[in-house]
Amino acid sequence: MEIPYTISTRPDTGLWNAKVGIWLFLASEVMLFGGLFSAYIFLRLDAPPGIWPHGLLNVPVGTMNTAILIMSSVTVVLAWASLKMRRYRAYWWYMLATISCGVIFLVVKLAYEWPQKFDHFGAYIKPEALGKYEQYLGNEYAAAKGLPPRLEITGHLHNRAALNDPKIKEYEVALDPLNAEPTNPAMDRPHFFPLPFTDKIATLEKEDVERATMFLPTHSAYFASYFTITGLHGMHVLGGVLVFIYMWLPVSKKLYQRNPEHLANRVEVSGLFWHFVDLIWIFVFPLFYLL
Amino acid sequence: MSLKAFHIVFILFSTLLALGTGVWCVWVNLVEGVPIYLAGAIASFAAAIALIVYGVWFYRKMKRLRIIT
Repeated sequence: MEIPYTISTRPDTGLWNAKVGIWLFLASEVMLFGGLFSAYIFLRLDAPPGIWPHGLLNVPVGTMNTAILIMSSVTVVLAWASLKMRRYRAYWWYMLATISCGVIFLVVKLAYEWPQKFDHFGAYIKPEALGKYEQYLGNEYAAAKGLPPRLEITGHLHNRAALNDPKIKEYEVALDPLNAEPTNPAMDRPHFFPLPFTDKIATLEKEDVERATMFLPTHSAYFASYFTITGLHGMHVLGGVLVFIYMWLPVSKKLYQRNPEHLANRVEVSGLFWHFVDLIWIFVFPLFYLL
Repeated sequence: MSLKAFHIVFILFSTLLALGTGVWCVWVNLVEGVPIYLAGAIASFAAAIALIVYGVWFYRKMKRLRIIT
């Protein structure tokens, strides 16, 4: 049985069927991501001063990933235009470039950015114990300068077993620069070029800690939103890459030889999806990395 | 909306992002006085100009090839 309206347009809609289908799908995606973005914005607006993390993401790496996705949108549209001009060889190379960009984006995200967060530790100190850790928090200095209060001590956790072993009563943390030198004016503002852990070790007693976790979704509403939205976005990137790989394999050559316009329409539909995924990132980047 | 039209919309948003990132870099440089952010601002504004040039080139090329209707 032949599927109708894959190339010619339907008389009632004036479009071929897959184009109607992809726009209905993208409309549902707008609602999905719109809900998540709204949740993030409301959580952030409602956060008390000093609670919402800022400057924890690597801006140069995020910028590079943004450039890679913009580049991939250019190559996918050039792949489609090549098919329209019946240049299969050029299409093949542009599609390979698109797939490469998608894979690089995912590798950077999953093998570099996320693992860095999984290796980072944060402990929120109980209000009654804040004075005990003043040397790491510098709240008197912060209050004098009108900065929000500092409630968390962060860094690299040396004794990771302490997270799950109730017999271990302390966390040993190689401090982040902010907690190593809390009264250094250079630490008054977030650093968008991440600074390495210091050699200064702090011992935090568990009974003084309100909650302690690695930088996972359980750490805060910020990281819960970050991992949810970037994870969902990453799954969309993966889906797009898999579809592109299918259309790059020799099977697409057979379709091209049989009916080049059919392949061009398939690439257009998947290109629309890819542009939508990239457009989502255009909003993710400033919201999470810059603001 | 076709891919070519959506691509132009996407390039428009990318240009706005590049301009916004440039302004953000200028702001951080003014507050912190770290020159690397100034370099970031220059790169962002250069990227915005490149995107505008590309967008115009793409539109004209599609129109010339009659792919844009």
